[in-house]
This record gives sequence, structure tokens and C-alpha cells, in this order.
Amino acid sequence: MPEKRKLAIIVHSGTLDRLYCAFILGSTATAMDMETHLYFTFWGLNTLVKGALEKAGLPVTYKHMEEQLKKRLGEMKYPTIYELLKRMKASGLLKIYACSPTMEMFGIKKEDLIPEVDEIAGAAAFLDIASDADITLLV
Amino acid sequence: MPPQKKPDRELDCLGLYCPEPVFRTRQEIDKLAADQVLEVIADDPAAEEDIKRLVKKLGHQLLELRKEKDRFHFLIKKVEK
Repeated sequence: MPEKRKLAIIVHSGTLDRLYCAFILGSTATAMDMETHLYFTFWGLNTLVKGALEKAGLPVTYKHMEEQLKKRLGEMKYPTIYELLKRMKASGLLKIYACSPTMEMFGIKKEDLIPEVDEIAGAAAFLDIASDADITLLV
Repeated sequence: MPPQKKPDRELDCLGLYCPEPVFRTRQEIDKLAADQVLEVIADDPAAEEDIKRLVKKLGHQLLELRKEKDRFHFLIKKVEK
């Protein structure tokens, strides 16, 4: 059995458009039998606080389009970002890492995070994972 | 040509957009036994390449890809691994 291909993404942004980018790629990767590693930092990490993914919206520049976009996503029966995250998790191929200095900066505790988070990790852990990933992205 | 065997499972992805057809196709493939055939119908223009690549990546066999107007019909055979 050959080793699985690996996707590693730093999720820096906490806005809906970028989270969709990261999670669409991640959930497609797991559907294609690729390991997916998501490292959440800064605004991305803030969306891992319980209840935050559901509230993610568009950045200020595009804020005026948010309501229309959310309505359209509903009409398209498009999965929510949390649904995409749960799919990836259900595949058994997703690992979620939370950036420890970011947690400290924002006063976030492990118990504040959604249960899908696997590990609290730092830069060395991500670099080690990314160094043998086939695809590495920053979103 | 022998008549095409009826697929063992069918999946309707009409009106669904990336990544839904790929995700649902993968779910249905997981429900097949080896050598069984899944038919997928999709109309997302991205589905043609996406599903072709998914099937190839997973090591299964695309028996047929047929375009009818704006619809793609895929016949996918599950290969035992």
C-alpha cells in the first residue's frame, strides 16, 4: 500500500470566503484519499472557538455582499464550512492543529475550541509536517 | 457491443456544484462491492474533470463518460484494492 499523498494548509484567515477555499480543497483532498493537515493561526484560529465558524462572514471590503452570498449558498444547497470540516474529520484523514502563541495572544483555552481540534502545536511541528507534504498552501 | 449492464447504484448530482459531486461520488463508491458499477449524473461543468480525476486517483475504472447536452453521465467500476 503506497503512502498517502499529503496536503498541508496554514489557515490564517477567519473570513468565510477564505475558509471555503481551505475547506473545499481539504474536503476534496480527503475524498481523494489524501491526508489533510490544517494548521490554524491568527484569525483562522479564532474561528475554531466554539460557535465561531457559524458566524464567519466576509471581509470588510465585501461585507455588503455577505447577505446575498449566504442566501445564494442556501439556494445552492451548498455545505456550510462547519459541514465541510466535519466531513473531513469523518474521513479519518484530517488533522487540525491550533497555534499555541495565537491561543495565548487571544486568551483562548483548549476547552474553548471545537472538539475536532487534534493538537496544539507550534511552528516546528507544522514545518515538519509541511516538509514532507506534496502540497502546501497558506490561506 | 453487448448491452450495457444496469448499474448497481445511481447517483443524481444535478444542480450540485464542486465539491459536492466529488464528495457524493466518493461516498457512493465506498458503498459498492468490488466490480460493481455506479452511475453518476452531473451538470456542474467542473464535474467532467473532477470526477475523472477522482476515479483515477482512487484507482477505480471509468467505464464510460458520456455527454448529453449539459449533462455528464459517468459509469464507474469499483476496483478491488
